[in-house]
Amino acid sequence: MTPPMTAEERAALITARPDQARELLRQMLRVRRLEERCVELYSASKIRGFLHVYIGEEAVAAGVMSALRPDDAVVATYREHGHALLRGVPATAIMAEMFGHAEGCCRGRGGSMHLFDADTRFYGGNAIVAGGLPLAVGLALADRMQGRDRVTACFFGEGAMAEGEFHESLNLAALWDLPVLFCCENNLYAMGTALERSESQTDLALKAASYEVASWAVDGMDVLAVEESARRAVEAVRSGGGPHFLEFRTYRFRAHSMFDPERYREKAEVEHWMERDPIASLRGELEASGLLDADGWASITRDVDAEVDAAVEFAESGTLEPLADLARHVHSERSTA
Amino acid sequence: MKTTFREAMRAAMRDAMQRDERVFLMGEDVGRYGGGFAVSLGLLEEFGPQRVRDTPLSEAGFVGAGIGAALGGMRPIVEVMTVNFSLLALDQIVNNAATLLHMSGGQFNVPLVVRMTTGGGRQLAAQHSHSLEGWLAHIPGLRILAPATLEDARGMLWTALEDPDPVLIFEHGSLYNVAGELADDAGPVDIDRAAVRRAGADVSIITYGGTLPMVLAAADSLSAEGIDAEVIDLRTLRPLDDDAILATVAKTHRAVVVDEGWRSGSLSAEVSARITESAFYELDAPVARVCSEEVPVPYAKHLEEAALPSVARVISAARATVGQVEAVAGHA
Ligand SMILES: Cc1ncc(C[n+]2csc(CCOP(=O)(O)OP(=O)(O)O)c2C)c(N)n1
Ligand SMILES: [Mg+2]
Repeated sequence: MTPPMTAEERAALITARPDQARELLRQMLRVRRLEERCVELYSASKIRGFLHVYIGEEAVAAGVMSALRPDDAVVATYREHGHALLRGVPATAIMAEMFGHAEGCCRGRGGSMHLFDADTRFYGGNAIVAGGLPLAVGLALADRMQGRDRVTACFFGEGAMAEGEFHESLNLAALWDLPVLFCCENNLYAMGTALERSESQTDLALKAASYEVASWAVDGMDVLAVEESARRAVEAVRSGGGPHFLEFRTYRFRAHSMFDPERYREKAEVEHWMERDPIASLRGELEASGLLDADGWASITRDVDAEVDAAVEFAESGTLEPLADLARHVHSERSTA
Repeated sequence: MKTTFREAMRAAMRDAMQRDERVFLMGEDVGRYGGGFAVSLGLLEEFGPQRVRDTPLSEAGFVGAGIGAALGGMRPIVEVMTVNFSLLALDQIVNNAATLLHMSGGQFNVPLVVRMTTGGGRQLAAQHSHSLEGWLAHIPGLRILAPATLEDARGMLWTALEDPDPVLIFEHGSLYNVAGELADDAGPVDIDRAAVRRAGADVSIITYGGTLPMVLAAADSLSAEGIDAEVIDLRTLRPLDDDAILATVAKTHRAVVVDEGWRSGSLSAEVSARITESAFYELDAPVARVCSEEVPVPYAKHLEEAALPSVARVISAARATVGQVEAVAGHA
């Protein structure tokens, strides 16, 4: 694990770059508020299907996305609303997609688990565990073969590390020296299966390192640590250092999905982790350092709430894709002639 | 006794584990979590972690391990959460489970049961809405079951476990909450024959699994307009019960096949082909089919509904099949 920062180091870091810290706080809050609204809308039956929220884990996406360039690529999982939003997919298009509307980023065909956006090189949500890893390897292979210095960031849960596709992907990426940043979101559970009941080796960075992939474990509840490690890793990957693997130690505060009665973990454990809420923690630190006052926080929440309100309004007023277009996009339109 | 499809499946697993020490259940989240669809809820507490084994996310690994355990003398029930994830285990199913007996010249049989949820209809979008049982019914060496009633949910598993060869059981996600009466002494049922779920004289509607309730509802509506439909539940998709299919066609002379799979290369195509091969001269009308539209299943409700078979589409197919005949007869 990268050595944790001391309180003094943190304070120094925040004081040196207060704008960046406030920006990371704002980004995490955008995800939190958007998803809190999604949960309400799910209960109101506006959003259907499976809904997996990222609440508690926002520091990971916020830190990593801030280290990427606009021309980099991102591959994520079914728990990807935050990744899409922080990658730059408009909240309006995300919300409309969850409503199943034509104005959604996938014209209502994908829903919560399958958000895609070409403009931001967001190669999806993927509802098959580990299904995105080989795609990330291929995207990086294309960059390598075409001499581009782009990075592909690939997010997946620790549960995915038991799948063959994880192993095949790490091996290929290392063997061919490809520019992939593997971002493991270790929230300790895969649905109801705890890490120690699914992995013989629970030191995930060690496991990844066995493929000759440079690997570190990072405190995923600390957005500054995430940002720092991601920035370094992205630089290394971009400058030809081969694939890198970061294990972010994090926790999901909510159920796996909207159907999970959470029989497999203790309330006390959840509460313990909630004390490390990445948003409340950073906010507290900024306030303690005198870098965020009540007005500053109010202005952040006002902006974020306005963005979410606008997204919901946009989605509410959306339209249904005409039934006549049901079979569109099964094949590319130019090849239908 | 009042029960549900889910509880009947659970009772079948409990019964099997009580009857035979060699029977055990393994799969993702079957234990602590209580099963992705709560089918195995409570079994861990009852039988312990040796016989109700949570596996990591490794479909190829644990399905393959099920095959190995079956070869080694156990009687595994492997639960793959859904057919969508069984795609990661296809190699083990198709290249090992289905072939070992034949390739070994009859030496190594694989007494394995794999259970999985199938089908769409819950707005889960393309990657979580597959109906691929027809695909697997293509594979020699496998037996494919599709329980659609409480009796079959309760009774097919034990018979499948007694089969010396691999059996795949497809449970349509829409059936788990179906409730009804089940006889207190309900037990094992045959897994060879199709069943007539509703006798009728005018048209045979042939289906299986998740679309059976839809077809029965359509048959009720049709009867109100004077069309007497016979409903056939295939139950076993491989090997198909040719006798039952040919018998119903010989009786009604018209057939509609309803299948949630895509039309091209589907199970419905196979049923239709067998009818034309063996009962062509019995037919008073072309065989009709109601299948899913040829599109990955979309998320939006109105698009998903339009993509999947529906009561309305079954009714209009049956009407057309019957009507066509009347038009021809009127002409003659
Ligand atoms: C191949 C496959 N198997 C099973 C599932 C069902 N499933 C969905 S999410 C999940 C748990 C994944 O856990 P993890 O990778 O740790 O990600 P997390 O949900 O914790 O973010 C499971 C078992 C699936 N979607 N895909
Ligand atoms: Mg996890």
